[in-house]
Amino acid sequence: MESQTTYNYKVVRQFSIMTVVWGIVGMLVGVIIAAQLAFPNFPLWDGISFLSYGRLRPLHTNAVIFAFGGSALFATSYYVVQRTNQARLFGGPLAAFTFWGWQLIIVLAAVTLPLGITSGKEYAELEWPIDLLIAVVWVAYAIVFFGTIVKRKVSHIYVANWFFGAFILTIAVLHIVNSAFIPVTLTKGYSFYPGAIDAMVQWWYGHNAVGFFLTTAFLGMMYYFIPKQAERPVYSYRLSVVHFWALVSTYMWAGPHHLHYTALPDWAQSVGMLFSLILLAPSWGGMINGIMTLSGAWHKLRTDPVLKFLIVSLSFYGMSTFEGPMMSIKTVNALSHYTDWTVGHVHSGALGWVAMVSIGSLYYLIPRLFGKVQMYSMKLVELHFWIATIGVVLYIAAMWIAGVMQGLMWRAVNADGTLTYSFIESVERTYPFYYVRLLGGAMFLVGMLFMAYNTWKTVATGRAADADDAIPAPAAH
Amino acid sequence: MSPFWSVWIIVLTVANILGCLWLIRWTMRKRADESAQGDVTGHTWDGDLQEYNNPLPRWWLWLFYITLVFAAVYLALYPGLGSFKGFFGWSSGNTLSADSGSQYSGEMAKAAEKYDPIYKQFAAVAVADLAAKPEYQEARAMGKRLFLTYCMQCHGSDAGGSRGFPNLTDADWLWGGTPEQIQASITNGRMGVMPAHAHLGDEKIDQVATYVMSLSGRNVDAAKATAGKETFMSAGCIGCHGLDAHGNQALGAPNLTDNTWLYGGSEGAIKQTIANGRNGVMPPHKDLLGDEKVHLLTAYVYSLSQK
Repeated sequence: MESQTTYNYKVVRQFSIMTVVWGIVGMLVGVIIAAQLAFPNFPLWDGISFLSYGRLRPLHTNAVIFAFGGSALFATSYYVVQRTNQARLFGGPLAAFTFWGWQLIIVLAAVTLPLGITSGKEYAELEWPIDLLIAVVWVAYAIVFFGTIVKRKVSHIYVANWFFGAFILTIAVLHIVNSAFIPVTLTKGYSFYPGAIDAMVQWWYGHNAVGFFLTTAFLGMMYYFIPKQAERPVYSYRLSVVHFWALVSTYMWAGPHHLHYTALPDWAQSVGMLFSLILLAPSWGGMINGIMTLSGAWHKLRTDPVLKFLIVSLSFYGMSTFEGPMMSIKTVNALSHYTDWTVGHVHSGALGWVAMVSIGSLYYLIPRLFGKVQMYSMKLVELHFWIATIGVVLYIAAMWIAGVMQGLMWRAVNADGTLTYSFIESVERTYPFYYVRLLGGAMFLVGMLFMAYNTWKTVATGRAADADDAIPAPAAH
Repeated sequence: MSPFWSVWIIVLTVANILGCLWLIRWTMRKRADESAQGDVTGHTWDGDLQEYNNPLPRWWLWLFYITLVFAAVYLALYPGLGSFKGFFGWSSGNTLSADSGSQYSGEMAKAAEKYDPIYKQFAAVAVADLAAKPEYQEARAMGKRLFLTYCMQCHGSDAGGSRGFPNLTDADWLWGGTPEQIQASITNGRMGVMPAHAHLGDEKIDQVATYVMSLSGRNVDAAKATAGKETFMSAGCIGCHGLDAHGNQALGAPNLTDNTWLYGGSEGAIKQTIANGRNGVMPPHKDLLGDEKVHLLTAYVYSLSQK
């Protein structure tokens, strides 16, 4: 197994399986907190501190982004970097270390967050000892990934690897800078940065977590699995060059749009808004390149549910990367900020794009890791696709309407200048949309359960030893 | 902002925008060794992964150019390039130095011009009249709307209060319920301080708590209550709460003989209050709202306990 004539599939298998597991866990917590908003006094959680919304919400975001999304990225990046460079993963046991280290971090998050141990920084809630562990695992990940590229047997580096590489480098920088804490006790540290600077560092991190973790990295996934599944060449090499460099350089500036109309200086708000707008074209470059890869093979969309997942994920990606720049415009943001519109926007990206491109890629990957041609039941994949798509649409439509309604209610004033609606009235009017959102989220979770069953059957009927993990001899160029 | 950081920001911002333009032009250039347009580039990965040599889509390119041009124009007109304020001279008003001429101060002035006369018309009417007379129903409605904007966060939308925040609809007042006293509370705020008495020790705190509970007519251990009364008299409690424990509105000291409990009336809550003390803060609203809005709010709050 350890010889240099085979790819390291073991770590890919481990991360793939855990992607499905953490997907179910993270989305289940999401459904629970959606139910809490719809039924706040339900006796199951009423008055129980570790089941309170404030503690479960960060558990949900950490579980879906870093446990589900993270595992999917580890699995696919390890698979892609090996196969497109014709080299076994560099670093021997380091790859296994990243697997077990990452799982340990997830378990620590699942314990500390419900206990109320939190740094209070959104998407970076874990306290400083866990942050240190993340930094160590991430550096190991970088060594494995870039080490594999260094020892590649092909001359050119395939485009998917640029995206994975940019993601690994920037997340290291973002995590280390934003997690600069002054430790007080083992479970409490305070941010190194004061006031508005802390807010700016936090959202520089926060938006780039979206930009590099949830966008750039998953574009890397897209660039391998769409041409593979469609059996077509990537649409345009030129487009991939422009949109890659433009994307990674402009994303870095977008953070201030989370802090419009705050104590952040005007110049920073302007620059944040402008680069968010400039981001539209580079973001769409990825969508065009993915969807146009299908030109000449559109008929496959009718019959292949895996391709449906991949292409529909790009449609949601295109939609949310249009919506994002629009929401970053200050006057639009004045309406959308702090409303459920933001929640809808995030989920059209997180469920529609991130989850669906991961699910599609895993449906390609899992059978190949266990010596099979395709998943145990393609009918179930088809069913998963439809229930997931309808679930996302219900979710985001409900949150759009709720968000615009809230924004309009909050800004409505009477003839005497007082607010027409008190805050609690806007909450009351939101309930119907909370029910629809709960339904949409639950449908998406049910789809994941189909996937778990399908994965179980595929793994049970397949054999890891049958997987085609032989490294081919270098082709002459 | 120091000149260094200003230049730093300008250079990075301009470089990134120009960099995007250069990137587009550089990538579009035709290379001598490239394959024909529409063909694959010639590289293959993992068996069958290839890329077409297709040009950048024209409509997409225009989209990119438009956003870049928009950014350049915006940066000329509005703050963005370091300490350059932009040709419009606009500022949001979120910094103290930029207050006059900012969008914030402009909008505030406009609002004052529009709304102040509406509030002025009630300024000379006595609070008691505003609270009761039928012809001032609109004034009370305005007061209620003000309350739902500025007060409900603590006192609740029904003014019923919650733990630590007094109920404004009953006849029990910490700082007094006359129009003048209510107006003073809203205008200048209040600081209610119950000092911590942990130094008394657990036994004495237990006894004082028992005595306090007996005051509102609860059945308690009589011997313990008697011992607690002694401490109550000698440890300083009467200084604020009075000999008869009826409290003192000048200090915001609550009446301990009724069944209204700001921080909870259970034995545990009372012990905690004695041991650790309490700090109640009502923030001042004079600068935020001005006298005329406070006047209407006073009338509304006063009306709540006059039924």
